[in-house]
Amino acid sequence: MEDCLAKKMEITVSEAEKRTGRNAMNMQETYTAYLIETRAVESQSEGQCAPVDSLWRRYSEFELLRNYLSVTYPHIVVPPLPEKRADFVWHKLSADNMDPDFVERRRIGLENFLLRVASHPVLCQDKIFYSFLTQEGGWKDMVNETGFQLKADSRLKALNATFRVKNPDKRFTELKHYSDELQSVISHLLRVRARVADRLYGVYKVHGNYGRVFSEWSAIEKEMGDGLQSAGHHMDVYAASIDDILEEEEHYADQLKEYLFYAEALRAVCRKHELMQYDLEMAAQDLTSKKQQCEELATGTVRTFSLKGMTSKLFGQETPEQREAKIKVLEEQIQEGEEQLKSKNLEGRDFVKSAWADIERFKEQKNHDLKEALISYAVMQISMCKKGIQVWTNAKECFSKM
Amino acid sequence: QDLSLPNGTPVDTSSPASSSSLLNRLQLDDDLDGETRDLFVTVDDPKKHVCTMETYITYRVTTKTTRAEFDLPEYSIRRRYQDFDWLRNKLEESQPTHLIPPLPEKFVVKGVVDRFSEEFVETRRKALDKFLKRITDHPVLSFNEHFNVFLTAKDLSAYKKQGMALLSKMGESVKYVTGGYKLRSRPLEFAAIGEYLDTFSLKLGTIDRIAQRIIKEQLEYLVELREYGPVYSTWGGLEVELSEPLEGVSACIGNCCTALEELSEDMTEDFLPVLREYILYSESMKNVLKKRDQVQAEYEAKLEAVALKKEDRPKVPTDVEKCQDRVECFNADLKADMERWQNNKRQDFRHLLMGMADKNIQYYEKCLTAWESIIPLLQDKPEAK
Repeated sequence: MEDCLAKKMEITVSEAEKRTGRNAMNMQETYTAYLIETRAVESQSEGQCAPVDSLWRRYSEFELLRNYLSVTYPHIVVPPLPEKRADFVWHKLSADNMDPDFVERRRIGLENFLLRVASHPVLCQDKIFYSFLTQEGGWKDMVNETGFQLKADSRLKALNATFRVKNPDKRFTELKHYSDELQSVISHLLRVRARVADRLYGVYKVHGNYGRVFSEWSAIEKEMGDGLQSAGHHMDVYAASIDDILEEEEHYADQLKEYLFYAEALRAVCRKHELMQYDLEMAAQDLTSKKQQCEELATGTVRTFSLKGMTSKLFGQETPEQREAKIKVLEEQIQEGEEQLKSKNLEGRDFVKSAWADIERFKEQKNHDLKEALISYAVMQISMCKKGIQVWTNAKECFSKM
Repeated sequence: QDLSLPNGTPVDTSSPASSSSLLNRLQLDDDLDGETRDLFVTVDDPKKHVCTMETYITYRVTTKTTRAEFDLPEYSIRRRYQDFDWLRNKLEESQPTHLIPPLPEKFVVKGVVDRFSEEFVETRRKALDKFLKRITDHPVLSFNEHFNVFLTAKDLSAYKKQGMALLSKMGESVKYVTGGYKLRSRPLEFAAIGEYLDTFSLKLGTIDRIAQRIIKEQLEYLVELREYGPVYSTWGGLEVELSEPLEGVSACIGNCCTALEELSEDMTEDFLPVLREYILYSESMKNVLKKRDQVQAEYEAKLEAVALKKEDRPKVPTDVEKCQDRVECFNADLKADMERWQNNKRQDFRHLLMGMADKNIQYYEKCLTAWESIIPLLQDKPEAK
């Protein structure tokens, strides 16, 4: 298997910068630009570092890239972008897109996106992706010239297919349910986690008030004074410690968010399958009805009621020549239809095969990543507990000296 | 001994423990004076009594002593809150120059607090036990006649009815007239005590508010945690390979919830009541200071009256002399009590705050154990199996 791009090239989104410019309607706007740096990974024997290439991209260009990839590779679970707007915030976090913490987390998310694509066996070979990383000017035109927007399925069409498809692959139906439930449960988890963080913040911060009152109290005490004063200092330390703890936890929340959005990507693959299947079923149905029409014309028997048939009975039948012409057209259409059906069937089977292969790859990646995320979360909790024990042990010692 | 309710009805209880195990159960405070203790009192075994007119709780008060003032070496009687309240009033009346320890609050808002809940009764029991132990520690109050009767009498209500008619065995019953005299200025040392008590009770009030706020925030945090844990479980139900890890995290959060609940309960039951006790203590102490001011004011007023009336009388009239004695006794008693109080206060707060730190340490240790125990489950290395 050919090495994916990630092994041959170092990719980082190293900086973020606020920019002002004019948008399509010539109005002034503020946006953030991200610096993408790439460097070829040299073989160890050479021992010299290749030069770094870099270019600036904004979020909307990342979106364009992803849309292109989703349309061009509908059988692939395409990695998601970090959220467009800050969601699941708790009171201390800003919902402002320009907030430096949000920008920083987004920078990390965008880098993660590029690394995911570069490590994907199929996606990493895409030329548009490569140009995104290396060609600053004219990339947008290049993407648009691929005409991928035309290939995009309309949402309405997809929705229609979802409701009317008769025989989708059972595995995809199950997967669709799974991705819906996964989205639901992760959203719920993120919402509650934000509330938990908010409350925990409150608990820690109130302890800071002890610092002040112990200090004031120590002023009127003789022997107790020193112990109280120093214990108060530890309470201040305790109250301050929550900021770092919760900042670290945001990273965990971002890992969950990635898979929340991945669930949507999974859903998109299922939708594509439903659409193709529906298309196939419609084509087959159309072919069957044409064949039937042909038969009826040829044999003169009307098996199914048709208005045309009735009117021809009422107003006189068509001439044999007319009938012959009609049969000829139908036979041509039937031939075309059968060829189309054959290729659609093939397409469908190929899609199912390659999609399922990527889905299996995705499942393994998901299980691995989420396990790692849970472990790092547990480690964070352990660290928080140890800090708590430390602070209260210090305070206890101060109290013992009272 | 027969155990009976204050009204005389016998109560079915377990027999009092033998002296040695009783000694083991009694909490021995630090002996400040270095004297050998000869009086031990404990409050325990709360019991609910349902009668036609009312429902109430009684507590067993056990005394072990070698003092001559007591007829027997051991006593075990039952008392209700009313009786403790009566005792405190009697002590305030009969020993006005001393600082009388506080009782837990008399009135509780019905409907808000369950007077018969285990937690409330236990909190009260601890406070009543502390109350009696503080009196026991006091070199003057512990010899008070009313205290003796409280600890020993089978039928306290009969004694209560006798009231003021009973002659004291210990000495003259000292009554101070609050004559509405105004003190010009409090002596420096008592002014300092007054100022100290003002600031002290202020700071305690602040600490009480902070502690309550923390408990409130913790309970709100707990509410969210209780919703948080089960979501991991729901997720686990969707997954195959991740099912066990997610269930593990869910269970872990559940354990943390339990630990947090225990912490909040402990703080409510053990920490807050003691703070409040000391605030009450400060209030009653300030009243004693005022009484002292009264006594001094009376003396100074009488002295001034004498100086104005008679010129060159070498001998001071006896009633003015008595006033002077009273002032000096009061000042001496108060100073001694303040010193004792300061020492006890330091010990009590040391114990209280160390206890608070301990409870928090225990909480974090429980959570730490929970999270550490699921790490191997999350890593789920095949080799480890």
